[in-house]
Amino acid sequence: MNESKQLDSAKRGAAKLVLVVVGMFGFGFALVPLYDIICDVTGLNGKTSGKYVSEQSLKIDEERTVTIQFLANNNAGMPWEFRPVSRSLEVTPGELNATEFFVRNPAKSSITGQAVPSVTPFRAAKYLHKTECFCFEQQQLASGETLQMPLRFIIDSEMPKDITKLTLSYTLYDITEQVSGDLAAD
Amino acid sequence: MSAVIEEHHHDDHHHGPAKGIMRWVFTTNHKDIGTLYLWFSFAMFLLGGSFALVIRAELFQPGLQIVEPEFFNQMTTMHGLIMVFGAVMPAFVGLANWLVPMMIGAPDMALPRMNNYSFWILPFAFTMLASTLLMEGGGPNFGWTFYAPLSTEQGPPSTTFFIFAVHLMGISSIMGSINVIVTILNLRAPGLTLMQMPLFVWTWLITAFLLIAVMPVLAGVVTMMLMDIHFGTAFFNAGGGGDPVLFQHVFWFFGHPEVYIMILPAFGVVSAIIPTFARKRLFGYASMVYATSSIAFLSFIVWAHHMFTVGMPLAGELYFMYATMLIAIPTGVKVFNWVATMWQGAMTFETPMLFAIAFVILFTIGGLSGLMLAIGPADFQYHDTYFVVAHFHYVLVPGSVFSIMAAVYYWLPKWTGNMYDEALGKLHFWLSFVGINVLFFPQHFVGLAGMPRRVPDYNLQFADYNMVSSVGAFLFGFSQLLFLFIVIKCVRGGVKATDQVWEGAHGLEWTIPSPAPYHTFTTPPDLKDISEAHG
Repeated sequence: MNESKQLDSAKRGAAKLVLVVVGMFGFGFALVPLYDIICDVTGLNGKTSGKYVSEQSLKIDEERTVTIQFLANNNAGMPWEFRPVSRSLEVTPGELNATEFFVRNPAKSSITGQAVPSVTPFRAAKYLHKTECFCFEQQQLASGETLQMPLRFIIDSEMPKDITKLTLSYTLYDITEQVSGDLAAD
Repeated sequence: MSAVIEEHHHDDHHHGPAKGIMRWVFTTNHKDIGTLYLWFSFAMFLLGGSFALVIRAELFQPGLQIVEPEFFNQMTTMHGLIMVFGAVMPAFVGLANWLVPMMIGAPDMALPRMNNYSFWILPFAFTMLASTLLMEGGGPNFGWTFYAPLSTEQGPPSTTFFIFAVHLMGISSIMGSINVIVTILNLRAPGLTLMQMPLFVWTWLITAFLLIAVMPVLAGVVTMMLMDIHFGTAFFNAGGGGDPVLFQHVFWFFGHPEVYIMILPAFGVVSAIIPTFARKRLFGYASMVYATSSIAFLSFIVWAHHMFTVGMPLAGELYFMYATMLIAIPTGVKVFNWVATMWQGAMTFETPMLFAIAFVILFTIGGLSGLMLAIGPADFQYHDTYFVVAHFHYVLVPGSVFSIMAAVYYWLPKWTGNMYDEALGKLHFWLSFVGINVLFFPQHFVGLAGMPRRVPDYNLQFADYNMVSSVGAFLFGFSQLLFLFIVIKCVRGGVKATDQVWEGAHGLEWTIPSPAPYHTFTTPPDLKDISEAHG
C-alpha cells in the first residue's frame, strides 16, 4: 500500500526535527550574548557598563549629596591584598570624583588579576559612570609588588532621588592561567 | 518476558523474535525495545533508590554516623541524576515504545533502527556516570543541578565523565523523541485523527516536542562547562568576563520544561486508567489536550522561579511569580476532569486504579506546595530547604513514579498474557502509599522550620521528623522488591488474561490478543475499532 510513502514522509519529518535540535543547541549558546545585552540594557545584576565617554557635560545637582561605599573582595584562591584607599565618599551628582584601590601581591610568583565590579542597589548601576577604572584592564604584579589603582567616576544627576547610598563592590579574580593560555575573553 | 512472547508465534507467518541474547542487542521491534527500556529503568530505580537510602540512613540521626560529607554530596547528586535521567525518563520512553504503536494502529515505530540505537546508548551513558563514584576524587558532588562554579571550578576531576554521560543520554532522548513524533504524525491508522488519539499518545507527542526543544540546550550548557574546565573559556567565570548566574538561566531554561517532561506522560497514563475503572468516558477530552499544550507552552517562560534569590529586579520576580501561578489553571482543569470522570462512575479499585487515585491526590498536594513556592517573597524563606525537597518529591514519586507503576500493572496483562497477583499488587500499593507519605510529609515541616537541603548533618530540633522520614524511606524502598517479585511472577505465569483484560478498557491495544503478538497491526485496523481509540 502506501507504506513506503509513509516511511518517506517519516524520514523527511525526522530530518526537519534534527534541524530543530541543531537550532536549539545554537540557541543555548545564543543565550550567552543575549544575557549580556539584557544585563547591559537593564543594569540587571548590578553590572556596570564599560568606559564612559560623555557627549556633553553632565548637569551638576548641587541640591543633594550621595554616599558611595567601596568594597574589595578576593575570589577564592586569589592571594592579593586588595582594599579601597577610602571606604566611602560623599559626592555631588554630576561631578567627577577620583579615588584609588591598593593591591599588593604577597605570593612568590607573578600573578595576573582582573577585578569585576558590581553595584547595589542594582537600579543605581546605570547611573554610575566610570571614566577611568582599573577594572577595564588586567593587572600583572610581580612577587611583592604593590600598586595604587585609579578609579574616576561620575554619578549621574538623573539618578532617582530616593537612592542616597550606593555600594560599588569589586571582586578580584586570579586569571593567570587563562592569560598564559592566551584564551582570556578580553 | 521473552519466554512468553516467543511461544506465541509458531502459528503465524511473521518472523518471530530471534533466539538468545542477540535478539535483544539487534532488535528493532518496538515491544522488545520497550521491554528493554522498562527493565533498564527499573534497574536504575533500584540503584538511585539505594543511594537515597544511604542519604536517609545518614540523616536518621543528627551528627555524622555512616558516611563522610563528601560522599554524602556524591549520593545526593547521583540520586538525582539517576532518578531523573535513568529511571523516570527511560520508563516513559519504554511505555511509549510499547504503547504508542499499538494505540495508533501502527506496525512499529517509524524509525526502528534508530530506536535500537537510542536504547543501547543508555547503558553506556549510565555505566560511565556510575563509574565516576570509583574514580579518584569521587563522583559529581555538586547536586543534580550542577551549578557553576561548583561544577566548573570546584568539581572533582570526574566531572568530564559526567559531562559526556549527559551528552550521551541527551542524544538518546533526542533520538527517542524524534521517533515518537514521526511515528505519531505519520503512522496513524488511516482515518484516525489527532483528536481521536488516546491522551497517552497526545501527552507523549507534546513531551517529545519539549524534549527536542530543551535537551539540546542541556547539551549546550554542559558543553560550555566542558570548555570552561578544559579550554580556558569563561562562560561562567566572572574573572574572564562570564557570569555564574548565566549558568542558572541556561540550566533552568532546560530544567523547567524537563519537570513537565517527567509529568506529562503521567497525565496520559492516569487519563487512560481512570476511565477504565470508573467505566465512563474521560470527562473533557478536548480540554485535556488543550490543558496539556498550555502547560507545555508555559513551561518555557517560567524558569527563573527556581532562582528568585539570585537578585533579580522586582519586575522580574513579579513576572515569574505570576506566570508560574498561571500554570495552576491548566493543571487544575486536569485534576477537575479526573475527578469528574470518577463522579458517579461504577468504580472498582484494582491496583492500577489505586495507584491512579493516589496519583491524583498526592500530585495535587505536590502541586499546591509548588504554588506556595511560586510566591516570590515566601520563596526567600523556603528556598533550598527541605520544603522544596518535599514539594518535588511529592510530584515526582507519587506523581511520575506512581503513574509508571500504575501503567505497568494496567498493561502488564497485555504484555505478558497473564494477570498479575492482585492481592500482592494491592499490598505493594498500600506499602508504597504509606511509605511515601511517612517519608515525604514530615519534610514539609522541617523545611518550613528551616532545615537546608543537601546537608549530611542538622540541628537537633529536626531530629524527630528526620527519623520518621527515614523509616518511611526504608519502608518505601524495600516495598519495591515486592514490585519486582510481582512483575517476575506475572511474566512467568498466572491466570490467563482476556484480550480486553479490563471490563471497561477501550482502545486499539485492547483489540489485539493477550499477550500482544510480536508483530501487530501489520495491516491497519478498521474504523470500527478506531472509534473506540480513546476512552
